[in-house]
Amino acid sequence: MLTILFDGISTGMLLFVLAVGLSVTLGLMNFVNLAHGAFAMLGGYVTVIAMQRFGVPFLATLPLAFLIAAVVGVILERTLYVRLYGRPHLDQVLFSIGLVFMAIAAASWAMGSSPQNIRLPEELKGRFDVFGVGIGRYRLFLTVVCGVLAVALQLVLSETRFGSRLRAAVDDARVARGLGIDVQTVFALTFAVGSGLAGLGGALGAEILGLDPGFPVKYMIFFLIVVTVGGSSSIVGPFLAALMLGIADVGGKYFVPEIGSFVIYALMIAVLIVRPNGLFARPGR
Amino acid sequence: MTMPLLPTSRADAVASAKAFLGAQSRVRPLEIAFWLLAFAALFVGRSHHLLLAEITILALFAVSLDLILGYAGIVSLGHAAFFGLGAYAAGILAQSGHGDPLSGLVVAAGVAAVAGFVSSFLVLRGADLTRLMITLGVASLLYEAANKMDWLTGGADGLQGILIGPLLGRFDFDLYGTTAFAYALGVLFVVMLALRVVVHSPFGHALRAIRDNRLRARAVGIPVERRLVAVYTLSAAIAGLAGALSCQTTAFVSLDVLDFHRSAEVLLVLVIGGSGRLYGAIVGAVVFRFAQDVLSAMTPQYWQFWVGLGLVILVLIGRDRLDDLGRAIVARILPARRSPEGTP
Repeated sequence: MLTILFDGISTGMLLFVLAVGLSVTLGLMNFVNLAHGAFAMLGGYVTVIAMQRFGVPFLATLPLAFLIAAVVGVILERTLYVRLYGRPHLDQVLFSIGLVFMAIAAASWAMGSSPQNIRLPEELKGRFDVFGVGIGRYRLFLTVVCGVLAVALQLVLSETRFGSRLRAAVDDARVARGLGIDVQTVFALTFAVGSGLAGLGGALGAEILGLDPGFPVKYMIFFLIVVTVGGSSSIVGPFLAALMLGIADVGGKYFVPEIGSFVIYALMIAVLIVRPNGLFARPGR
Repeated sequence: MTMPLLPTSRADAVASAKAFLGAQSRVRPLEIAFWLLAFAALFVGRSHHLLLAEITILALFAVSLDLILGYAGIVSLGHAAFFGLGAYAAGILAQSGHGDPLSGLVVAAGVAAVAGFVSSFLVLRGADLTRLMITLGVASLLYEAANKMDWLTGGADGLQGILIGPLLGRFDFDLYGTTAFAYALGVLFVVMLALRVVVHSPFGHALRAIRDNRLRARAVGIPVERRLVAVYTLSAAIAGLAGALSCQTTAFVSLDVLDFHRSAEVLLVLVIGGSGRLYGAIVGAVVFRFAQDVLSAMTPQYWQFWVGLGLVILVLIGRDRLDDLGRAIVARILPARRSPEGTP
């Protein structure tokens, strides 16, 4: 029972890392980016390629996954995304669906359409007991890494100069520009970090969520749920939403496998009907 | 035809409004030519009829999306929900021995309409993003349901053993798809006739007002919620028709009908052809299907890549600019005509 709870929490943490970038682009910058999952997939494939072709150990591939996804993210942001800020949502939807199609086709062309496996290092395999609660080593590792990342992000956002610049740029880009904040660079950096985190999440999650060219579409709705249910006022909302989603998903699949993901979608719709701006939205906005 | 700026009396105002609406809904020669051409295709090129039937069904699906996207301004990422419902309704009906196509069509449209009516209340609330999520969520919900209820839907294997009776009790569905094409084209024709009345009616104009500015629409006395519920239900019913046609002409239904890529595809079709003008959906369906054929002949597995690239380029160029180009071409061919929607 507690094992399931723990598994749910670790899945939720993973979803948070995957989706937190989206909560900035979608939640804060109001850009409907359905292609977020493509960056996660990219990170996953970076890890797979680095491990299989070049024999890089798993842990060393993680920063690589982050970096490459971030670089690709920033290139795309500078060349393409930047033209679509402020355009109608329909345009953004179409544009990012186009990116998703391209990513899926490119991935199956380069890597084949079969699911990829990642061989975890020995020390992360297996599980151990703590007071009768079975804890997977890898899940523990996930929880710790993602937890640290979440805290770090919160600190960066609330305590650093960059964080306040970002919040200012999001609240009112024009005034922020007037105050001498380089809004473009702030957005580009944020986008890079968000994509990088997605890449890292994809690499970390390849073991749990699986990795195949359909990844961006398969988990798109999960990422969107985290952001829309969590609201966009801080990263605490998405964090809680991700935890709830993880626990509901793992628990639902364990206790009521016959209805599968049904619960999650139904819950999401219910939440959005009651609170169209998300569960943890800032009041009055 | 010119509308007096200040009608002197109420009767005058009504008359001039009627004249204005009437002028917009006049049948254009291009339209007649199109339908003549389409029905003429029934008698030639038998080997292409299956493809044409498929295009016709895709066009019908895209027309249904056009109603809510082009006219009412609701961006939906889950329109396949209603297509799939229609397909499953028709399929299950046929499987249980009621193979008459037309009554299956009616039932499917009814089922989809009920689902559309119910979910329309969810779509009324919130901003674009919330609507995106709700439409996507409803479609995912149905996909999951169809996947898990395999006693009813056959789950991942699809619905087996669908036997479709002859159309109108006389015409069997043949191998070349001639009956299928005639059937689909007939349905599309009837739906288009009905819809061109709908979109040029005061109801249609109210929808466009809501799309352009919801607040102002409400201020001039349009019951926004009721109009949106009505159009969403209508759109769902037509999508259900398309789904039922797809099921009846192929005698097969699988989970694929509810999949996300179908919702995305129909959005793409509509955008290619241009939204908010009914016939755009048909143009889009033709262009999309032929492009798909050509691309998949070049790169069998990866044609999706080119579709995606096309989409990205389309958006970057700007849909409006493409629209202007299309209008300019039409204007050159038919110099005397005003643009169809009369948008300033």
